[in-house]
Amino acid sequence: MPPDEVADAALLARLRAGDGAAYETLVRAESPKLLRVLRRILGSEDDARDALQEAFVTAFRALKDFDGRSRVSTWLYRVAINAGLMRLRRRRHLRECSVEDVLPAFLEDGHQRDPAAAWRPAPDEEVDRARLREVVRDKIAALPETYREPLLLYDIQGLDTAEVARALGLTVGAVKTRLHRARQALRALLNPAMSEVA
Amino acid sequence: MLTCRELIDFLNEYVDGTLEAARRAEFERHVRLCRDCENYLASYRSTIDLCKEALDAPVPADVPEELVLAILAAREK
Repeated sequence: MPPDEVADAALLARLRAGDGAAYETLVRAESPKLLRVLRRILGSEDDARDALQEAFVTAFRALKDFDGRSRVSTWLYRVAINAGLMRLRRRRHLRECSVEDVLPAFLEDGHQRDPAAAWRPAPDEEVDRARLREVVRDKIAALPETYREPLLLYDIQGLDTAEVARALGLTVGAVKTRLHRARQALRALLNPAMSEVA
Repeated sequence: MLTCRELIDFLNEYVDGTLEAARRAEFERHVRLCRDCENYLASYRSTIDLCKEALDAPVPADVPEELVLAILAAREK
């Protein structure tokens, strides 16, 4: 086992044994990265802090069910991001979308049924970019968890498909399918805001 | 020649650079000739970029000590 995996397994064992020092080490090591992404998701310092606390409490309670297939930090990242996005969804009364309803449709000859229009470029002005980031976060929050998680782990956290598969208990093929559908669904949800066609 | 459906079904592999060369050439030939797929590809790539910017752009990473202590105290409850 590579050294970092050995260290991770040892950390997990100490956490499961209720080692307070190990828990504190984990909190201090992971909080900066997690709080940064929660600040980005929620845009509110109070909400971000609450979500971080909620994430650690959730993770601590779920330790016995964590199978150790992924790194502890990867698992914690999933817990935190989901806590943040669910808080966002509740706060903004967002409904979960049905991915199947927004995937592209095709005619019998294989052409797109609803031809894709060109998108306008992302805005230059920071205030408009900030508004667009809010829209994007809302749409990500609207994705079902089974599609959202591969997207977050691969496109945001930068894991490869094998690492995502291990973290989620899926085959690489299933990861690729869900990732692709998540991207397609997100594209469809963003299309009204981004399309050059009025 | 690939259909639009065949291209879009495997677009993630093209964008992620995991298609083998001959298939990649087919994709690129189709995109050159099909405006709808050119638009779809561009918007698919933009979606990934927008997602990264929405969640991963730089913001402060400082963690107040009182927050760390509150998290540790919550574990004890």
